[in-house]
Amino acid sequence: MHVAVDLLKKQFPSEIVEVVEHRGDTTVVVKPGRIRDICRFLRDDETVSFKYLSMIAGLDYAPQSPRFAVAYNLYSHKNHDRLTLKVFLESDTAPAIDSVVPVWSTADWHEREAFDLMGIKFRGHPKLKRILMPDDWSGYPLRKEYPQRGH
Amino acid sequence: MEQVKPIPQTETMVLNVGPQHPSTHGVLRVVVELDGEVMVSAEPDIGFLHRGIEKLCENRTYHKCLPLMNRVDYLAGEVNNFGFCLAVEKLLGIEVPKRAQYIRVIMAEFTRIASHIFWLGTHAHDLGAMTPLFYGFREREKIMDLCEMVSGGRMFPLYFRIGGLAADLPEGFVAKAMEFVREFPDKWKDYDNLLTKNEIWKERTIGVGVMTAEEALDWGWSGPMARGSGVDWDLRRDNPYSSYEDFDFEVPLGTKEGDTYSRYLVRMQEMLQANRILRQALEKLPEGDIKVDDPRVSLPPKEKVYTDIAALISHFKLIQEGIKPPAGEIYQAIEAPKGELGFYLVSDGTGQPFRVKIRAPSFVVLNALGKLSEGRLLADLIALIGTMDIVLADVDR
Repeated sequence: MHVAVDLLKKQFPSEIVEVVEHRGDTTVVVKPGRIRDICRFLRDDETVSFKYLSMIAGLDYAPQSPRFAVAYNLYSHKNHDRLTLKVFLESDTAPAIDSVVPVWSTADWHEREAFDLMGIKFRGHPKLKRILMPDDWSGYPLRKEYPQRGH
Repeated sequence: MEQVKPIPQTETMVLNVGPQHPSTHGVLRVVVELDGEVMVSAEPDIGFLHRGIEKLCENRTYHKCLPLMNRVDYLAGEVNNFGFCLAVEKLLGIEVPKRAQYIRVIMAEFTRIASHIFWLGTHAHDLGAMTPLFYGFREREKIMDLCEMVSGGRMFPLYFRIGGLAADLPEGFVAKAMEFVREFPDKWKDYDNLLTKNEIWKERTIGVGVMTAEEALDWGWSGPMARGSGVDWDLRRDNPYSSYEDFDFEVPLGTKEGDTYSRYLVRMQEMLQANRILRQALEKLPEGDIKVDDPRVSLPPKEKVYTDIAALISHFKLIQEGIKPPAGEIYQAIEAPKGELGFYLVSDGTGQPFRVKIRAPSFVVLNALGKLSEGRLLADLIALIGTMDIVLADVDR
């Protein structure tokens, strides 16, 4: 079990939903409400020191509900280890979560990509617009109902 | 009497660079706002090469994803497959035999040299030096020949398989590879002589695109980009995979400035270090199998498919249904020539991946172009795109 899990449980006891271990990777499922605080805590804490955000991925679990999730992969250059944070979003029709751009600048394009391809809104993002698809595109290609052919 | 006209106000000008431009290394458009010749802002517009690889993966078996992965970063085709195979193997909880691990390292390091040579040639060419391109391609051609030898493909060898390799090394490969390894340091001196002390080169690169170590981490920089800013981090050393712990190599760091010249020095040294790993891997190459002995992952030998009913069934099931990793999610990153190449895989227990997220190094690095461009001359934009060593196929996926 990753050392960050205990710290998170102590700091944000009501936010942790579940901790999953798979093939040595730790995934902490947290509630969406205080994601920015959690990220900032993990970045600034001296023992875990997750100063680097590897990636943000949007996930679509349709037809399950909650349908949308966002996964954050963090890396610590101090301990050379990783942690995945996962958040299931409350709304299935208008998924939204706080942006973590104020915590890591690199989140900028990752969040724009998740918005573009999965239709997840990031509140407080400085410039949330399509990045890979054309600006006037309708639909979100990575959603499960989006067809692979015929477009 | 005519009134004196007020001095006209200066305005900024918006200049469109690309999407078709020799120095954008693919189809990249940069919208630059200029005040005279100084950039006020530069915003990359990407997506011209978006092929939806992540989406395409969701509808095919894990093995059928491999040809797509080759094309993510087409200058380092085999490295993408390396990362993807490792990720699926992690999901399956298997480890490939030692010989396969070594051969993978050999192919990955050859690819690293080829990718760095391409970067050096095009970067120098953008800034006005044509000779490094020709010198570099002389060596790159030999690496392409080696790739062709193992699999028939030059840019896209498609030699790695989940659970090992497609075939063992062909006869004569080790001798030919050794010949390259022996000659390369001398050839490398040609590039070094042309550029490292070249006044024009230094003038164009020193002080351009400065990034401190903290900023580099904040912007998610990895690989040579981060090391150029003094971040002492290499996934091959710090989170070893595929037997990298067996090899003795150094992680070159740049000068304290963290500028374009510093990143140039880092990549130059990395070529020599890759060569060093190659020599050790070729010398110590162990005997043994080249794929895991597991009927759920590896195809049975062809002779057995013709003679043994169990092997035939297993072959059929693997081709039709594919490998079925247990449900779960993992993240696997490798040190690609351009930085951290990561794969976030989610399996739902079926033969097709539920979600494949490719963490492409070029995509992340390009994000910081606007920050680096502010207040610099327009001509520096060309140096900045060059130093980032981006491949637009890797940016857009």
